[in-house]
Amino acid sequence: MATQTGALEAPATRSQKPTSLWRDALGRLVRNRLAVVGAILVVLLIIVGVFGPYLTPYNYAYQDYAILVANNNQPVPPFTAGRFLGTDELGRDLLSRLLDGARISLSVAVVVQFVVLFIGVPVGAVAGWFGGRIDSYLMRFTDVIYAFPDLLLIILMTVTLRDTPFGSALDGLLLVYVAIGLVAWVTMARLVRGQLLSLKETEYVEAARAIGVSDRRIVTRHLLPNAIGPVIVAVTLGIPGAILTEATLSFIGIGVNAPRASWGKLIFDGKSWMGTQPHLVIFPAIAIALTLLSFTWLGDGLRDALDPKLKGKQ
Amino acid sequence: MAAYIVRRLLWMIPVLLVVTMITFALMHAAPGGPFDSSGPGGRRLPEVIVRNLERQYGLNDPVPVQYVRWVGNMLVGDFGPSYSYRNRTVNDILFQGLPASVQLGSMAFLLSVVVGVPLGVIAALRQNKLPDYVATTISVIGVATPSFIISVFLQLIFAVNLGWFPTGGWRGPEYWVLPTIALSGFAIASIARYTRASMLEVTRRDYVRTAQSKGLRERTIVVIHMIRNALIPVITILGPIFAFLVTGSLIIETIFTIPGIGAFYITSIGTRDYGLIMALTVLFAVTIAVMNLIVDIAYAFIDPRIRYS
Amino acid sequence: MTLTDDDRRTAAPEVTELPDEVEVATEEGRRLAEQLSDAHTRHARKLLEVRNLTTHFFTRDGVVHAVDDVSFELDYGETLGLVGESGCGKSVTALSLTRLVPNPPGRIVGGEVIFDGINVLKLSEEEMRLLRGKKIGFIFQDPMTSLNPTLTIGFQIAESAKLHLGLSRKAADDRAAELLNKVGIPRARDRMHDYPHQFSGGMRQRVMVAIALACDPMLLLADEPTTALDVTIQAQILDLIRSLSEEFGTAVILITHDLGIAAGMCNRVNVMYAGRIVETAGVDDIFERPRMPYTWGLMDSLPRLDEERGARLRTIEGLPPDLIDPADACRFAPRCSYAREVCTEHEPELTARDEPRHFARCWGTEPGGWIK
Repeated sequence: MATQTGALEAPATRSQKPTSLWRDALGRLVRNRLAVVGAILVVLLIIVGVFGPYLTPYNYAYQDYAILVANNNQPVPPFTAGRFLGTDELGRDLLSRLLDGARISLSVAVVVQFVVLFIGVPVGAVAGWFGGRIDSYLMRFTDVIYAFPDLLLIILMTVTLRDTPFGSALDGLLLVYVAIGLVAWVTMARLVRGQLLSLKETEYVEAARAIGVSDRRIVTRHLLPNAIGPVIVAVTLGIPGAILTEATLSFIGIGVNAPRASWGKLIFDGKSWMGTQPHLVIFPAIAIALTLLSFTWLGDGLRDALDPKLKGKQ
Repeated sequence: MAAYIVRRLLWMIPVLLVVTMITFALMHAAPGGPFDSSGPGGRRLPEVIVRNLERQYGLNDPVPVQYVRWVGNMLVGDFGPSYSYRNRTVNDILFQGLPASVQLGSMAFLLSVVVGVPLGVIAALRQNKLPDYVATTISVIGVATPSFIISVFLQLIFAVNLGWFPTGGWRGPEYWVLPTIALSGFAIASIARYTRASMLEVTRRDYVRTAQSKGLRERTIVVIHMIRNALIPVITILGPIFAFLVTGSLIIETIFTIPGIGAFYITSIGTRDYGLIMALTVLFAVTIAVMNLIVDIAYAFIDPRIRYS
Repeated sequence: MTLTDDDRRTAAPEVTELPDEVEVATEEGRRLAEQLSDAHTRHARKLLEVRNLTTHFFTRDGVVHAVDDVSFELDYGETLGLVGESGCGKSVTALSLTRLVPNPPGRIVGGEVIFDGINVLKLSEEEMRLLRGKKIGFIFQDPMTSLNPTLTIGFQIAESAKLHLGLSRKAADDRAAELLNKVGIPRARDRMHDYPHQFSGGMRQRVMVAIALACDPMLLLADEPTTALDVTIQAQILDLIRSLSEEFGTAVILITHDLGIAAGMCNRVNVMYAGRIVETAGVDDIFERPRMPYTWGLMDSLPRLDEERGARLRTIEGLPPDLIDPADACRFAPRCSYAREVCTEHEPELTARDEPRHFARCWGTEPGGWIK
């Protein structure tokens, strides 16, 4: 049976060089091929997102009618007339629009996770550390948000607030950030709370207390660094969800405003041309898939690398 | 155990109340009302008529008053009239749309478990060999492809090009196939991944070695000793999976034009149909909460360490 | 635990069929299958003959020689102790005997294991199953994790009986209850339907003993059975193992790092160090006339009642060696206060000492050596 059984470890090998948790983890991460691929793709996404507008000669909103006319008023296929990926039905360069979509997705990833960290970590830490009544109240509060099916609440918020000034800020992106972020911080809060609850009871915290270390120092110096691992993993693995939600919102028309080119919107626009000009759907679909995959692989790799149970084993 | 169930059920009530309050508040906080564009051609109705309608439906009262009135009605099972579908009550619309949604959801749930679990088990048993790569690839596709993209591709390939299935509607078994697959894609992938991870964990356990030392067959060890233990943690994700299926149905029903209640949700927000939105929100939230409770009970029941302690 | 007169021997029924249609694929397997029908006949001179057993672990850092050229014998009904520090290879040796070494990364790369006349290493994996559980029972170290938490203990005990002895469900359950009773679990009938987490550590280990002895095996492998238990429970479990093995004539290989346990339980002792057997002798000889510095170190490090209070515990300086590509030298030399040049140039062989069947691996204690 090709399974690995029992707790039998490979017998003691050469005395291992002392390494820190992070160096160990980094070593394991680097050996994980999928995680490395994911990391590379993430870096690529960041580069593309930051430098996007400078990478192509065309603006994502520029509608070139001349080129359409030359092509029978159809969207232009890839590799024609200098358009690497072709154009959509309004003559807008697809590559440029994809790059704008990358920007949007990247910004969603960053901002949403920022909100999640900014609200979720402190709330979770306070709840976990103080326990008792404070914990109860905070958890009741998060329970309410948790009970709300997240997509429903997000859709509700985006639709109802679209027509307000708040809803139009940043081409509608501000609303999207806030809506997704407000729903997503809850899981982070629970995670951090759980971490603190279990770490609080460990012996080294007891020891620290016995020596007289102040509460605040215990939390910041002992507990949070140990909780950071799972937090990092959660942030990385939470990004695909946020990007996916934004794409879904744009797909059903309540996300980013036109003419911004969220990948979800591109797919919505392109689906009516699926039969004749599939490139309009295929490229955004690949973009979404690769982005989701890269963060998932990286997140999985981080989780495996930071798993304390695997520390030291081959 | 019974006390636990009762406590959970009781706890749902205040939570649901707050959920409805938030929804109500959001609806009324948004500019506009249900009668803004309900004249012929979507034009605004004359002021007079709008005001009359609003008075008729009690929309001029303060929001808290309206809310309390709504709660009172809900408790007796009356969700009020629909603002976007004249002459129909919300209850009517719910009853009409529920069967399709429930059917879609159940089929997707079954498919997710029936395909996801074996996929994960096989991938774990044949780790790093061909079956693992195939199963992992399928999982990867399911995770990385949003359901709306899967829908679009399914429609293109199987409905438009091959003509095997219709592109939309809900008039018979052939209409069920594509939407169910599209809806469950992500769930299958998640369950498969989780099952695989859990099985791999279990293979490293000491009791597997004990089972081997007894000279049991591999199949016995896998089925009786490993799978039972591996599936217990998998049950915990069934709650979120179910919630995902419920919210995912909003999208799928819209894309495949299925006459279920999910499709109503999106349109009714746009038309500010307060009655319908509130009812749908309550329905979705209650369903998910109850399913989570069932999953938690199942978990406590199936794990002997919890059942007998 | 003492056996009362009411306890009857729970003899395993004779079996003529192979369990679950095992596919017999090799010559050796065919011989084994024939032998199984005379359940209690002894088919060879010695129960176990291990010759040059070598098991390596192929890891990223290199090939670990966990068990290197280990040879020993075991009589029917004899109790043998395998003593040594953690990592010396004693557990791997036991796992190798039943071919349960995790593969990857481990593999038995050489040697012979003759069990009751059958060459175990020549059997197919399927045929191996005939031996496991039926002829060879295993008790593992950690009772908290060695039992399946989702199955009743009655089921886990009855499993092997059903498989190897072809018993019906009821008969297997009866046997399980009997065994539970024998290992000292009160109200055995009722507790059969309980789950492992409802038992204490000591009780769980008793259950493991019951599982290991369910089919009345010829050999019991006990891998540090008491290390994870309280001291008071330790004594009970060891008594249990001793009395049951005496009653059924089961041979036992007891793996431990605790010399005191070995002294109380074993007929013979093999001392292992760094993957090799460094001394082997009858239990009295080992304790009265040890002939290898490592053994002296082990004896010395035992705290004694007649020592002066407050004196420091004696330890063996240094750490066990790296087992990757070991050199041709005595593996204990770096830590040995008697070592001389020859110890780092050639590895000593296991050679005889004065007493009968007493062998040691040390240049210094050989006849003509410098240690007297």
